[in-house]
Amino acid sequence: MSSETTQNLQSTFKQTLLALVENKPGVLNRVASLFRRRNFNVDSLTVGRTHKPHLSRMTIVVDVKRVDARIIVANLRKMVNVIDVQNISEQPHISRDLALIKVRTNDPESRNAVTTICEHYPARIVDIGTQVAIVEITAREDIVEELIDELRPIGIVELVRTGVVAMGRGTRILDSSYEPRVFANGTQAGLERYGV
Amino acid sequence: MLLSGSEIVMECLIREGVNVIFGYPGGAILPTYDAMWNYRDRIHHVLVRHEQGASHMADGYARATGKVGVCIATSGPGATNLVTGLATAMMDSVPIVAITGQVPRAAIGSDAFQETDVTGVTLPVTKHNYLVSDIHELAYTIKEAFHIARSGRPGPVLIDIPKDVQTEKIEFVYPEEPIFLPGYNPSLAADPVDIENALDLIRNAKRPIILAGHGIIMSGAMQELRELAERAQIPVTLTLLGKGAMPESHPLTVGMMGMHGAAACNYAIQEADLLIALGMRFDDRVTGNLKTYAPHAKKIHVDIDPSEINKNVRVDVGIAGDVKTVLRQLLPDLPSKTHPEWIGRIREWQEDGNERDILNYDNGEKLLGARVINDLWRYTGGEAITVTDVGQHQMLEAQYYPHQRPATMLTSGGLGTMGFGLPAAIGAKFGRPDEEVWAIVGDGGFQMTMCELATAVQENVKVNIAILNNAYLGMVRQWQEFFYEERYQSTPMVNPDFCKLAEAYGIPSMRVTSRDQIEASVAFARSHSGPVLIEYVIEKEEIIYPMVPAGADLHNMIRRPKPSEGK
Repeated sequence: MSSETTQNLQSTFKQTLLALVENKPGVLNRVASLFRRRNFNVDSLTVGRTHKPHLSRMTIVVDVKRVDARIIVANLRKMVNVIDVQNISEQPHISRDLALIKVRTNDPESRNAVTTICEHYPARIVDIGTQVAIVEITAREDIVEELIDELRPIGIVELVRTGVVAMGRGTRILDSSYEPRVFANGTQAGLERYGV
Repeated sequence: MLLSGSEIVMECLIREGVNVIFGYPGGAILPTYDAMWNYRDRIHHVLVRHEQGASHMADGYARATGKVGVCIATSGPGATNLVTGLATAMMDSVPIVAITGQVPRAAIGSDAFQETDVTGVTLPVTKHNYLVSDIHELAYTIKEAFHIARSGRPGPVLIDIPKDVQTEKIEFVYPEEPIFLPGYNPSLAADPVDIENALDLIRNAKRPIILAGHGIIMSGAMQELRELAERAQIPVTLTLLGKGAMPESHPLTVGMMGMHGAAACNYAIQEADLLIALGMRFDDRVTGNLKTYAPHAKKIHVDIDPSEINKNVRVDVGIAGDVKTVLRQLLPDLPSKTHPEWIGRIREWQEDGNERDILNYDNGEKLLGARVINDLWRYTGGEAITVTDVGQHQMLEAQYYPHQRPATMLTSGGLGTMGFGLPAAIGAKFGRPDEEVWAIVGDGGFQMTMCELATAVQENVKVNIAILNNAYLGMVRQWQEFFYEERYQSTPMVNPDFCKLAEAYGIPSMRVTSRDQIEASVAFARSHSGPVLIEYVIEKEEIIYPMVPAGADLHNMIRRPKPSEGK
């Protein structure tokens, strides 16, 4: 297994952008619309809340074969609801993809094979029956790919992945001290609603 | 003070300095129209005949004044009719606030009567948009919308307000505090290192050229541009929307660049060793083939929008900032320079261009569009605000009506919106009532929005409408002649009698068929206090030269032959 840092230099056509956005309705739609209309290619996009209820965070893996990542970052920064953007591809970072893989385990050979393969990965069997088992892995994207390739001959019947989430290493953080405005009726804009 | 959402809209518009809005009522916006009644002395509402007209009027108003134009429409079809105008404003960075009614909150998503997902529809053609779902956020949202529309790179902002938010009442307190948006901080000044790098390039340049765009006008940097050009003796070329950034009579102004620009500008750009691009965005219509564009030049690019830097053209010094602020940073250390050889070379190209000018031909009895525009320039003293539509007449305006002042030539550049001319001229006249405003349109584009004649009459707006009628979609016909073997599919037009049409609206009109009537037509237009329509029946198959075919190298223009070479 290569170190985290070396992996960052692999697949030079993929870059990982982090975007800190306001947790307001429609923000995901705005970002998706930007990528579509500017013809930027997205490899994966994940979004979720942060420890601050008014902030959400996106991890966007983009394909930069055709477009300079700086142009994508500038376009994201331009959006009113996007607070900050960081391209972490050139700096040390941790990235993780989570996959649930349902494989055939309807004979002893396949059950043994799945168990053995999982021992070589940061993976575990989270559900097992006489017909199928669910393997869960949380790892770097390329390691997830490797596991999928190994399980494929046994018989994958269903698969789901979260897409990559990432965070820079060390003390540099992507954060905002911004506090949302409190309106006359005591609510904070957008906070009561289901975000993004 | 207990106010309804509709009244809050009015109060907020007044605080933004709005005194005219362009719109069309309908069910979902009716509460706001009702509130307007009590504010009618302070906010004048202009009833358009199609919501597209409202968005173009707000656009024309904004371009002419530099202030935010406001348009208003109902939900569903009213809002979707605004879309072309919003896209036009988006492409040309024009500040507009559009207010639309929406079905009541409880009905959203139910396919209610006249419901459309307007924030969804307009997402790609607005700088930002809002669906106001809580009346407590309404006032702040409107304030934020105006701030976003006018600051940074200006653009259209839409506010969608459900009908029940318009009728709900709350205790109104205007949010006096300044707008704070965590993710919105337009950059203004340049990094001193970039200024130093730019100055180095200017010091070392032997064949520098300035490319001045709309940004100069919007940022009010005309004086700074002139100082830069004069002190360093750098010739200035203009984009279509940059016309007026530098007086066109100035000896350093070479002319307009691009597809139908002056050949001298295009040759100069291709031979330059330094481009100084100021408030322009290297549109494909000004660059031609990017692979062969300005191959010998180092490039400095100043634009307020960071995403424009290195978008189309790779630059050596990219500065994301307000062009006036940046030029003020640059000017103190700008050296005095001369480039007599370079300017002499450009003069030669200009003289060659003059020789090929169609006005130097013997054109017999033909009434040329070029002649009409050039005479309109002459008889209006070059001082009118001209608002064009899109097509051949637009390029003729750009070539034959030189402008001395900023914001006096208004045109849809980026989107190329036919139908823009008449409504934008009406909007411009509301913004600059003391100026002489001419809508210069073709017979094709005029018919796209000619319903606004009624608006001009109802409001008694003094706009002079010059229709250059060649009974063709002239620019498309030109492409068909050059690139489609003269197969004139769907370009000949059967037109109404435009003078009779004007008569039906009660608009005085005149038909001009020969050059000797042009002066009288201007006098005729000026002799009436309301709108006037003049139809110029021009040569049917005029061609706009020079022309850089789409995607061709900028220097490979199709030129008009010299008289000595025969036509």
